[in-house]
Amino acid sequence: MSTIRDIEKEIVEEFGLFDNNDDKYEYIIDLGKKLPVLDDQYKTDDNKVRGCQSSVWLQADYKDGKIFFSADSDSVLVKGLISMLVRVLSGRTPDEIIGAPLDFIKEVGLTSFLAQTRSNGLLSMVKQIKNYALAFKLKHSTT
Amino acid sequence: MITSIDTEVKKKTFDVQSFREQFPILKRQVKGYPLIYLDNAATSQKPQVVIDALVNYYSGFNANIHRGIHSLAEEATAAFEATRDTVKDFINASSREEIIFTRGTTEGINLVAATWGRANVKAGDEIIITNMEHHSNIVPWQLLCEEKGAVLKVIPVDDNGELIWEEFLKLISPKTKLISVVHVSNALGTVNPVKNIIAEARKVGALVMVDGAQSTVHLDIDVQDMDCDFFAFSSHKLYGPTGIGVLYGKRDLLLAMPVYQGGGEMIKEVKYTGTTFNDLPYKYEAGTPNIADTIALKTAIDFVNETGKDVMRRHEDELLDYATEQLQQIPGLKIIGQAKEKVSLVSFIIDKLHPQDIAILLDNRGIAVRTGHHCAQPLIDRFCIPGTTRASFAAYNTTEEIDELVKGLHRAIKLLA
Ligand SMILES: Cc1ncc(COP(=O)(O)O)c(C=O)c1O
Repeated sequence: MSTIRDIEKEIVEEFGLFDNNDDKYEYIIDLGKKLPVLDDQYKTDDNKVRGCQSSVWLQADYKDGKIFFSADSDSVLVKGLISMLVRVLSGRTPDEIIGAPLDFIKEVGLTSFLAQTRSNGLLSMVKQIKNYALAFKLKHSTT
Repeated sequence: MITSIDTEVKKKTFDVQSFREQFPILKRQVKGYPLIYLDNAATSQKPQVVIDALVNYYSGFNANIHRGIHSLAEEATAAFEATRDTVKDFINASSREEIIFTRGTTEGINLVAATWGRANVKAGDEIIITNMEHHSNIVPWQLLCEEKGAVLKVIPVDDNGELIWEEFLKLISPKTKLISVVHVSNALGTVNPVKNIIAEARKVGALVMVDGAQSTVHLDIDVQDMDCDFFAFSSHKLYGPTGIGVLYGKRDLLLAMPVYQGGGEMIKEVKYTGTTFNDLPYKYEAGTPNIADTIALKTAIDFVNETGKDVMRRHEDELLDYATEQLQQIPGLKIIGQAKEKVSLVSFIIDKLHPQDIAILLDNRGIAVRTGHHCAQPLIDRFCIPGTTRASFAAYNTTEEIDELVKGLHRAIKLLA
């Protein structure tokens, strides 16, 4: 099975095909449009990621030692970003998620997204995902 | 004769290209495109003369002011105090003692809340604001009301973004101690009828504070004619540097109010048995002030005066009309804030599009706009929207730039919808 790093490399390669910013953004928008919508029952305050200018919801489910993420946002671009995070991190163990440096964010050039608005929340999403992983780890290591 | 005709003509015409020339930043590129800066309500760009004023101060006569007995200190003090005189004339205060330097509008409002407010507002008293205030003109009063057990009342806004006058009349009463109102809304562009509000306030003996953060660059300000008790504005929205602003207060009020911060400069005599305080305006200016930016604020005001606020306003009004007309033709676009009296900014939403996505795609074309709640969350909630995209114009903007904005929006809709 491919590792987190393998998937990251795939994404970096896909972005390598684009030689300009416009195409990168179009691709992210496309990813955003393709991400399945999250059922309204999961759009709760608890699932809301803080620190985003747009609304972002992140639902995490724990099954057989792995965490599965689904997410949604009212911003298409943010949805595109989340869909990459979900692709990389969903179905992994808590330890894998906690330990992932997620270098692809920098390698793909997504840091300019971070710069664009301090509150667009890519970092907040990563933090929230890692918090979920930590919570599941603690919960399931004590039993 | 001839010279007076010359200056008449010079006053009346405005050459936007030569005006633009004075702003070095407008020559830069963003993401490979020429910068189109439409975020002027957040802060305006600075002309070369203002940048030079800062450099000249630091390279020519940097010194701490007021007490120094040496040439540099005297030069710096003279330049610093000259700004006070320029500001006094700029807003037509009756004396230079009424001009207090602050960090900006926010500090001006906080100063009044912390001094006049703490000394005069009691349990059960009422303070009135509007539903279109910037957070800077909400939170200080909220804090004061919590501390004192006073009540904060809010004048509602109609769908066009205008105050509902009948509702205001229902709120105001002899319990009203203060009305603090934004002169021009940063999120909607609405110009509020402050003179009428002040007339009503006088009937019940309430004071009025005016938040002039957005109005000072666009409208002629005459605090005596307006008859407001306090007026606050920021230099950075007025082609001046950041970090400096002005609080105007009526002399009698300023004399009676307790001090704000304690420290150097604001004292007359310090003894362990008690301290006496300096005269106006120094009583409210503790510590070494922001000398450089204060000096450059004078340059900014001189620059505005020389260009002519009326001439700039005419151009800005043309931009507003043109932008309104062009934007309205975009399918699915709705302008938020259609007051009869507006300054040159347009806040809008586009069906199914998130403002943040719009702004990111515009930025990729070098176009700077602002999105979100514009620090006026209760107002945005009132319109039941997640926020708006706001294009705000300065005198250096052009109709061609608005055409680029419109093109950028069409492109965003095509990509995002
Ligand atoms: C209407 C209004 N009031 C107050 C402020 C606060 O100004 P400053 O941040 O310069 O203190 C702003 C600035 O955005 C504003 O637009």
